[in-house]
Amino acid sequence: MALDQSFVGRTYPPTPAYEVGREKIREFAEAVGDTNPAYTDPEAAKALGYSDVIAPPTFVFSITFRAAGQVIQDPQLGLDYSRVVHGDQKFAHVRPVRAGDRLTVTSTIEGIKSMAGNDIVDIRGEVHDESGEHVVTAWTKLVARAAEEA
Amino acid sequence: MTATIAYGAVEVGTELPARSFPVTRATLVQYAGASGDFNPIHWNEKFAREVGLPDVIAHGMFTMAEAIRVVTDWTGDPGAVVEYGVRFTKPVVVPNDDTGALIEVSGKVAAKLDDNLVRVDLTVTSDDKKVLGMSRALVRLA
Repeated sequence: MALDQSFVGRTYPPTPAYEVGREKIREFAEAVGDTNPAYTDPEAAKALGYSDVIAPPTFVFSITFRAAGQVIQDPQLGLDYSRVVHGDQKFAHVRPVRAGDRLTVTSTIEGIKSMAGNDIVDIRGEVHDESGEHVVTAWTKLVARAAEEA
Repeated sequence: MTATIAYGAVEVGTELPARSFPVTRATLVQYAGASGDFNPIHWNEKFAREVGLPDVIAHGMFTMAEAIRVVTDWTGDPGAVVEYGVRFTKPVVVPNDDTGALIEVSGKVAAKLDDNLVRVDLTVTSDDKKVLGMSRALVRLA
């Protein structure tokens, strides 16, 4: 069944703060095999002009996707998560995420479409730090594939 | 920010050094832990086949993370990446052997914009199939 268009524009409450830790950034960088010292060595990060180690460009997805769970699991929206695949992903950074950031995410449903029985939901996650500064925006397109004919 | 590549030193068509990134089942388990994405399609072959996939597949976000390394290795400063977007077109299938799969990434400067920004378009393939589409980054050069 097609999703309710009236959910377009709906904004969910900001998430509790996620504190970005140096060791979490290191763990992520190691998992993608990236040895750039800006991710692990505070002195190397300072040489680039940052106050502490920074996170790889896609690191913040772990935080924004968790926040998008508010949308995905909203029983009123009724998205069938067992059939969801990740369609598109985009980030726009005001500045890189860095260790010590306490980040909150505000998720908004930007669009809902139905195409060939697939439900397509576009979610925007606005990420702010503790001082209220905008850090990054993440756009996530989720596609709930049409149920197969029984 | 101190990207090591100068805006004046690149032109439309400038190629970034291409790279290949190997991915095995062990890589996917490690990425699952680091990212918090424990979807079993990324580590459980039986589950993956049950939902219609040919085998275990890599996290799309893992492939996205590898692809941008061509840009961050080039600039030196990962914070130079201002925007980055992709479309997940085909899965990276990762067989249960010591070799796994290979993600191959090349990139070139597609446009020079204001404010020392350039657009880099990435080509990302595995097993000769394009796995990311519309893979583009806006990068601020020195």
